[in-house]
Amino acid sequence: MISVTDTLDLSLYARPVGNGTLGMELAVEDIACGGCIVRIENAVKSLPGVTAARLNFTNRRLHVAWTEGSLTPAQILQALEASGYHAHPFVPLRAEQEEAAEARRLTRCLAVAGFAAMNIMLLSVSVWSGNVTDITPETRDFFHWASALIALPAAAYAGRPFFTAAWRALQSRRLSMEVPISLGVILALGMSLVETANHAEHAYFDSAIMLLFFLLVGRTLDHAMRRKTRAIAGNLAALRADTAHRFIGVELVSVPVAALKPDDRLLIKPGERVPADGVVVGGVSEVDESLITGETASRMISPGATIYAGSLNYSGALTVKVTAAGGAALIDEIENLLEKAANAKSRTMRLADRASRIYAPVVHLTAALTLAGWLIAGANVHDAVVTAIAVLIITCPCALALAIPAVQVVASGALFRANVILNAGDAIERLAEIDTIVFDKTGTLTLPEPCVVNAAMLDPDLLQKAARLALSSRHPLAVALSREAAVRSPFADAFEEPGQGVRALIDSVEARLGSAEFCNVAHSPDAPTPAGRSAAVSYIYFSQCGRTLSIAISQKLRPDAVEVITALTRHGFDTRMLSGDRDEAVEPVARALGITRWQGRLKPADKISCIEALKASGRRVLMVGDGLNDAPALAAAVASLSPISAADVTQAHADTVFLGERLTPVLDSVLISRRARALMKENLWLAVIYNAVAVPIAIAGAVTPLIAALAMSGSSLLVTLNALRVGRRVQ
Amino acid sequence: MNVLVYLVPLALGLGLAGLSAFLWALKSGQYNDVDGAALRVLSNDDLE
Repeated sequence: MISVTDTLDLSLYARPVGNGTLGMELAVEDIACGGCIVRIENAVKSLPGVTAARLNFTNRRLHVAWTEGSLTPAQILQALEASGYHAHPFVPLRAEQEEAAEARRLTRCLAVAGFAAMNIMLLSVSVWSGNVTDITPETRDFFHWASALIALPAAAYAGRPFFTAAWRALQSRRLSMEVPISLGVILALGMSLVETANHAEHAYFDSAIMLLFFLLVGRTLDHAMRRKTRAIAGNLAALRADTAHRFIGVELVSVPVAALKPDDRLLIKPGERVPADGVVVGGVSEVDESLITGETASRMISPGATIYAGSLNYSGALTVKVTAAGGAALIDEIENLLEKAANAKSRTMRLADRASRIYAPVVHLTAALTLAGWLIAGANVHDAVVTAIAVLIITCPCALALAIPAVQVVASGALFRANVILNAGDAIERLAEIDTIVFDKTGTLTLPEPCVVNAAMLDPDLLQKAARLALSSRHPLAVALSREAAVRSPFADAFEEPGQGVRALIDSVEARLGSAEFCNVAHSPDAPTPAGRSAAVSYIYFSQCGRTLSIAISQKLRPDAVEVITALTRHGFDTRMLSGDRDEAVEPVARALGITRWQGRLKPADKISCIEALKASGRRVLMVGDGLNDAPALAAAVASLSPISAADVTQAHADTVFLGERLTPVLDSVLISRRARALMKENLWLAVIYNAVAVPIAIAGAVTPLIAALAMSGSSLLVTLNALRVGRRVQ
Repeated sequence: MNVLVYLVPLALGLGLAGLSAFLWALKSGQYNDVDGAALRVLSNDDLE
């Protein structure tokens, strides 16, 4: 989190927006209700020099503009902080703006197609009912010409996304789904024009435009889902962006991590996370590298040692020279992550693309055969051409184009409600395939932060005193202990002896919290610790006039870990654990969870080879992990999940990210994905059945525009309604 | 049936007016924050 204490330099985020004003985008946390909109905007607008403040409630982002030189960006954060909101500045990604432009383009096309479809249908219904009653040929021609007048410009505008894609496909000598679509639309319009000129009874303007409309609905839905995912991912990245204390000469300035460059010298205080990879040039400390290696015991660090971004500094202040520009690497990773999310078209879509490589020739062949068949059977050229074009229109993959996006949109909504956010577009289908789940231990099965594990065995009164005293220290053990405190205000005169502990007068008797020596407690190896605890246990001691506490602090299992693992086993999943931690730390966790197949002491490469071995034996592996050491394994597995507390790089490689303390999202995401895939398949089958029924009718030459309209909208409606079933509560 | 000659274009014109209104709303960013717009209407800060 960005602390608004010392000199904070956020100029990186301020961008000129013209007329001597600067603008900045902020992601705001904890916006609950409509009242927040006004409070937040007023808090910022009351600052002198602010010209605009607009909160977007949908994506939780605030845009602020101010006159250059009138205030510093840090003041805006301070104002928000004062009214109780945490805000995190970020630079909007270029890709995000391009996506927004594309979304507007698609919506415009959709609007035009919708307008045209409604008006043409109005005219068409009149013609259809007129054809069976008493319409005069003149009126019918008038209606057909009016339809043509609407349809031709509308198709030229709304069909562009398909025409350009088809043209590109043809240029690279491929056949994509867009080719038969474009061909169908253009031929249908052309034929209808000729028919209208010849005063015929039927014209197919309505079919062509309705086809475009339904296809655009599918496209727009799909695009909206991916944009939403991208916005959430962007906000999460902003929330995670940290500040670093950089030396400028001898002075310290807080800068966003994104502004760090190689060779910058940083100060890392006790209790802080290391913001970038670097080499220690001064100071001695212990660091917790569990986020990087999975190892829960801390490591001693002295000048010359290399440390990695994400490690937690325990005891002493360190001066570090940056080697890899952490910020740049971080932004690259986010870019890549989002790039990947955008480009990964769902595999069934790719499957549908592949299918269209078979499908498109079949459609074209069927139409050609129909034409030839009717000519041989002695029909005149006009009738044969009309029938062939009807085949092209009726086979156009209306239902097929909606079958998958509709399910994906509903499924990603259901996943979001289950606290799961999709990183990769095709994650749903890959999650649905898996049969083996490999868990990392530290931070995945256990909670990311350590906590007090022997609270039940301690005097609650003394524990409360200790916890409240712990509020005065930033040492990680004290931070863990302070979460137990019921009263959230620290003691007034608490004094911290660096590296030793905190002391304060409680009820005018001195109390001490810290190391065994500091509290004058003999460390007893048989101090009460509950059995079966996972990781290395650290102790913090408390003493007050002869009464002492040995408080054990350790990694704790996620609250519902046992239930989730049991449920996964009941659903037939093979659950395993691969950890980088020592065997004696891994074994108790495995026993507590009932996981029989586990391995400890694994290096990242070992994890990959374990997963490759599983894959080679025909397993479809889901990897769940949070450490930097898990990142390659996540990439190697068929599908991957990360908790939101994971290292940046790791999250970038995960298909999905889950929020919160609980492990249930793992179970939910697999079950929802399975259901979604089942429905996608059902929808594809519905589309196939539709074709099996409609194509023979078309080949027989019996398709009137009325039948085409009913068949197309009916099948589209059916697959969309079917897709809505994903959202139902998963049992 | 001659009435159709001007009624149909009239209907079309009305439809086009609706379409251009939607396109204008889209262009002026009124669909950028759909959830927020629903809540802003409830705030009373314009009365203060």
